Amino acid sequence: MMSFEQLTQMAGVICPMYVIIDAKGRIMSAGPTLRKLRPDLTWKGRRFFRLFDLSRPRSVRSVADLHRTAGSKLHLQFRDAPQTGLKGVCAPLPDGQGAFINLSFGISVLEAVRDYDLTSADFSPTDLTIEMLYLVEAKSAAMEASRQLNTRLQGAMIAAEEQAFTDTLTGLKNRRAMDHVLARLINGGREFALMHLDLDFFKQVNDTYGHAAGDAVLQQAARIMVECTRESDTVARVGGDEFVMILEGVLDRSRLESIAKRLIARLEEPVIYGGHQCRISASAGTTLSTGQSKPDAAELLNQADLALYAAKRAGRAQHCFYREGLEKEEVGPVTAANGASLSSPNGAPAEDGSAA
Amino acid sequence: MHGLINRAIQAFVTTTYGKARWEKVMEEAELGFTEFEAMLVYSEEQSSRMLTAMEKVLARPLPEILEDMGTFLVSNPQVEALRRLLRFGGVNYVEFLHSLDDLPDRARLAVSDLHLPALELVEQAPEQFELICQPGLPGYGHVLMGVLRAMADDYGDLVFLDHSGRQGGAEVISITLVVTKFAEGREFDLGAHSL
Repeated sequence: MMSFEQLTQMAGVICPMYVIIDAKGRIMSAGPTLRKLRPDLTWKGRRFFRLFDLSRPRSVRSVADLHRTAGSKLHLQFRDAPQTGLKGVCAPLPDGQGAFINLSFGISVLEAVRDYDLTSADFSPTDLTIEMLYLVEAKSAAMEASRQLNTRLQGAMIAAEEQAFTDTLTGLKNRRAMDHVLARLINGGREFALMHLDLDFFKQVNDTYGHAAGDAVLQQAARIMVECTRESDTVARVGGDEFVMILEGVLDRSRLESIAKRLIARLEEPVIYGGHQCRISASAGTTLSTGQSKPDAAELLNQADLALYAAKRAGRAQHCFYREGLEKEEVGPVTAANGASLSSPNGAPAEDGSAA
Repeated sequence: MHGLINRAIQAFVTTTYGKARWEKVMEEAELGFTEFEAMLVYSEEQSSRMLTAMEKVLARPLPEILEDMGTFLVSNPQVEALRRLLRFGGVNYVEFLHSLDDLPDRARLAVSDLHLPALELVEQAPEQFELICQPGLPGYGHVLMGVLRAMADDYGDLVFLDHSGRQGGAEVISITLVVTKFAEGREFDLGAHSL
């Protein structure tokens, strides 16, 4: 028969986290890795239940209770800090001499390895712990690489999308997006008004106060156009100081007229930039998709453009509807009201924005 | 070739020779991009054009460059994760050598589409080994030479390595363990990786 020393020697190699207790629950021997977790502790003679708290099954309080759990999984933890969680299994020793309990870290192994400075030599060569640690690290590294790729791809996608459909200065839709919306509405047989709006005196603001002031004016103009339209409407910047608004389902001329008037009035409110009052105005021309039996995007844009120029000819801050025959009307010289040369007496452009 | 391998080469060239040289390599390779993505897969042709361009731009024989890259993979802090994964293979250099048989499987556990050629360690005498490296990844044997050399330093052992050419289609590296614990070696702390 094997001696107790021979048994503990074998156990130390095969399951280095074993603990053997006597019939009274006192520790007779503990494996080398387990001892490493409490290096200053005198293990021999210590009461097992004083050292470990059995959290599951909760009812285990004595060696006899422990015997009844034989073969099933135990959850326990050290009573003192660090309260590392352990898994265990108990096998009773013959003739009621006590119990052989094998412990392992379970999932807490990641912290345990760090807390107790364990090395490969602390685990039995057949124990898969080292493989698990390897896998955790390898997967973390691979996940990190994947995460970086995803972040880059997402950034590139967002950038590409925004570049494709958004005017980066104003955040409005761009010409491409507008073409898209227009085609969708026409193909869907929707009815809408198309308003072409052009800022007056924008060039003077740009030339007098610089591009930054011009940009601020454009951004303010964009905000106003968004505020004066519904969320479902499309506002696009299609040129330097040219905008197109598509208002679906709005065909009432007086309503469109009042939208245009409100827009122009608000655009004439001065923008304060760098201590200067930047004043602009606007002209607008509108056409309705219902004017044609089979609406055509290019033709509608052309009509709105003609209406816009009619408004310009009629003087600054005007709004015109397209009407048949507008193409044939004499395209007279742009009057002073459209004002390439207009400037106020103090040299600031278009301080006198309301004069027609 | 897997993006991880291409990316490793990129990291090596960029760190050792500078970003400008890498860009020159990629310009020469005419692939239409300058950066490899670690988690994408590239065609053999793309990788082989990059390798050819690298040999030309760096004006050094490819086997030499690849061996340096193997050393870089183990010793550069940028790629510390890889050294740690290799160190999981064993508590000493001989155990590490034996773990190389498992390397392709281990690699696949981490990244399921990363296929590395099979390796076989033949123990000819207690301190004399041959590592047989199956074909499939051009230049792999030379990269391994660098890895084996750097890992010996990592464990603090002194080894003699020789690329002894080919046996059939396979590359053969002979390894002679001269002195174990020749030097201090680098620390390997199982729990050092913060999770």
